[in-house]
Amino acid sequence: MKLTINGTEREVDVDPEMPLLWVLRDELGLTGTKYGCGIAQCGACTVHLDGQAVRSCQVPAIEATESDITTIEGLGTPEAMHAVQAAWVEHQVAQCGYCQSGQIMQAASLLAVNPDPSDEDIDYAMSGNLCRCGTYVRIRAAVKTAAKTLQEA
Amino acid sequence: MGRLKTITRRAFLIGSVAVTGGVAFGAYVVGRDPENPLLAGLGDGEAAITPFVKITSEGVTLITPHADVGQGVYHAQALLIAEEMDLELGQFEVSPGEPSAAYWNTAMAEEAVPFKSTDEGFAAETMRSVMGGVFKVFGVQGTGGSSSMPDSFVKLREAGAVARETLKAAASARTGVPVGELTTASGEVRLPDGRAIDYTDLAAEAAGIEPVRTVALRDPSEWRLVGKPTQRLDIVGKSTGTTPYGIDLQIPGMVHATVKMNPRRGPMNSYDASAAEGMRGVEKIIPVRNGVAVVASNTWYAIQAANAIEFDWGPSPYPPEQDQHWDEVDASFIDERLNMEWRHDGDVDAALDGAEVISAEYRAPYVAHQPLEPLNAIVRVDENGAEVWANHQLPGFLKMQVAGVAGIEADQVTFHNQYGGGSFGHRLEFENITLATEIAVQMPGVPVKLTYSREEDFCQDFGRQIGAARAKGVVKDGKVEAFDLQIATTSAVASQGGRMGLPVGGPDTQISAGAWNNPYDIPNQRHRAYLVPELAPVSSWRSVGASGAGFFNEGPLDELILAAGGDPMEERIRMCTHDVSRKVLETVAEMSGWGSDLGPNRGRGIAFVDSFGVPTAEVVEVTMTDQGIKIDKVFVALDVGTIVDPVNFENHVQGAVVWGLGHAINSELTYSDGIAEQTNYHAAEGMRLYQTPEIHVMGLENAHKIRGVGEPPIPPAAPALANAIYAATGQRLREMPFNKFIDFV
Repeated sequence: MKLTINGTEREVDVDPEMPLLWVLRDELGLTGTKYGCGIAQCGACTVHLDGQAVRSCQVPAIEATESDITTIEGLGTPEAMHAVQAAWVEHQVAQCGYCQSGQIMQAASLLAVNPDPSDEDIDYAMSGNLCRCGTYVRIRAAVKTAAKTLQEA
Repeated sequence: MGRLKTITRRAFLIGSVAVTGGVAFGAYVVGRDPENPLLAGLGDGEAAITPFVKITSEGVTLITPHADVGQGVYHAQALLIAEEMDLELGQFEVSPGEPSAAYWNTAMAEEAVPFKSTDEGFAAETMRSVMGGVFKVFGVQGTGGSSSMPDSFVKLREAGAVARETLKAAASARTGVPVGELTTASGEVRLPDGRAIDYTDLAAEAAGIEPVRTVALRDPSEWRLVGKPTQRLDIVGKSTGTTPYGIDLQIPGMVHATVKMNPRRGPMNSYDASAAEGMRGVEKIIPVRNGVAVVASNTWYAIQAANAIEFDWGPSPYPPEQDQHWDEVDASFIDERLNMEWRHDGDVDAALDGAEVISAEYRAPYVAHQPLEPLNAIVRVDENGAEVWANHQLPGFLKMQVAGVAGIEADQVTFHNQYGGGSFGHRLEFENITLATEIAVQMPGVPVKLTYSREEDFCQDFGRQIGAARAKGVVKDGKVEAFDLQIATTSAVASQGGRMGLPVGGPDTQISAGAWNNPYDIPNQRHRAYLVPELAPVSSWRSVGASGAGFFNEGPLDELILAAGGDPMEERIRMCTHDVSRKVLETVAEMSGWGSDLGPNRGRGIAFVDSFGVPTAEVVEVTMTDQGIKIDKVFVALDVGTIVDPVNFENHVQGAVVWGLGHAINSELTYSDGIAEQTNYHAAEGMRLYQTPEIHVMGLENAHKIRGVGEPPIPPAAPALANAIYAATGQRLREMPFNKFIDFV
């Protein structure tokens, strides 16, 4: 089947029911998207399907063939970071960092639909993403900084 | 000016050993330094100045042997070397290096002695020195026990200073300019005439001279990097998905594997893999130890196939039902199981006799570690040895474990330590490593990546020790007159040591850690620790014994203070005999506005615990809402002596508070039919963002010994929360997790 990932069409030969997560990681080597729980409890595998945040562990590959898939690698790069990533760097959010790809993809999706989220909006949108290191205080601050940057841009 | 220091007993000589002082054999061995492991890998014109600095014509590599499990310790170690070596951030690479005895951790051993961290008397210091020697002799390179900064603080700055002075000596030899007229900055040696020589350009010459052994460590007032806000060297990678963890690595020719092991940790009687064998992507199904491994072309195929295997599991080596575990804990408050009486001030029995005694019983359950990166390892075994890619906190032991399984020598094992996606004590264990080795042995030459499913990771987690406490007390004239605390837990240290084949002697220092060493002067105070025989296997869970014992001390003490009619903060300050600790309490009182009116349905709680040598006080503010308890704010004051990386320090303290509160609210590991009942995060959530309070942190630097911050903020969090909930609601919580007794927002 064909998948459009970060603007590039990729051909993969997998079980159609294979979750997108495992196509990205083990078939295509896009390992910025993380496996955490496999049951949509942690958010580490969050990617965008047509701009909307989804848990890639719950999306069978076959259901993503019609969508534009964006992973953390496609959101921005170390040389050209997305505003959310830049805010994550500014606030030095990460400790172990394993959840942060998913956190950043979730936040980018939130800000795309809600450019000026309230504290409650942030709580609501971000609470599906677990951070075992407990960087939530900084995540909150970074989302607000990113919102500001995007509004000023 | 920096203080001048002659390095006499440390290993900063290239290719030789420094031996001075010490006539006794023990002192001689301790003083003898292991060889510099970097020498073996050097090419022409490359220098390894100390085991921590490698310079080639291409660049500078700083060796940061403490494993980075997310605590930012690569960055903090690099700061210490770069500070003295006059390197800027960005001018060097870091590497964990090859596991080596040269990277022994002496600070970790210091915590293994039965003295208060605040006790700097002759016996305590002598014992610490002896234990440090033991760790050094056996070359224990370890990360844990909040020991990385205590272990590194002087050692790595000295390494940087030796490198700097040796490079200056090399520049002097080349140019004829006296060393005293040379300076260093930004990775180069500068001459008085304005010329500069890059360090990399001096590598060959530096390799050919004796390292300079007399170096001056700079005064803290001169620091450019240490103690200043800097950008963590892994922060861009971790914000862009480009930092590879062990689970992300791809080695050419690699296959993917998963395992399904007996969830009761007993034997496997039989299995039927007929349904799995024909499944797509499956390459091999291999029995291992007490379970089965599936090797496939994709991790998902492997997990699907493993789930299709039918097993007949044998019974657990421990009681199958959770109630039986608690029964064993409750039966352990007897003389035969008394492990240590840690403290007895005054005469507790006399004080309790005939008085109106206040009693309470407290409990702390098993809890799983569950860092977000599941357990994994890549291992390749061939005729030359084994190669391992993973994250691990005990790399030297890892090599021995792999060698044992593969039937080779430890020096035939090459270990590449990776960034870890969290640990919290989980990556001190070896099952993932040795299981990957078992599979790899059966597929010679093929790199095997083993990835646990989250469910398997939960099932096989060696959780926190289980324990309970019995407290008794008497109050008199508005004060606590007697406090008697008995704590009984299973032993994380013995359980871990048993799996590693290491005998563990002496009293278990963790059972009462954070309780007996409280700084309170109470006329009659006694602390007794009881060892519960091994039940379910347990391991070090972030803050280890103190994670329960802090709660056991600070909950009952709060009850007694209130029973006496005292103020929980004022009384702790009044009773505190340790100046640094008192300052911590006074600071948190001021930060939190202790004593001001919070209004209805609200409450504050204070708790103070000294663990890993760090006096830490926390005030938690809560509101009782219609939906349950909401945690509004947390104030933390703590003293680690010197803060190396202030940004990471704050992040770490905040994260530790979240860890302590989240698990106290909703996490436990329970057994039924010998199997863990919690198999994924829905059943053991920890804290989520919407529950996270404001967390205000104040780091003090009054203590004269540097300490680590990874664990100390955890133990006070649960009791401070319980004490706050009591203040807001009148409901006293004496057992974790608290959500069994009260709702949370």
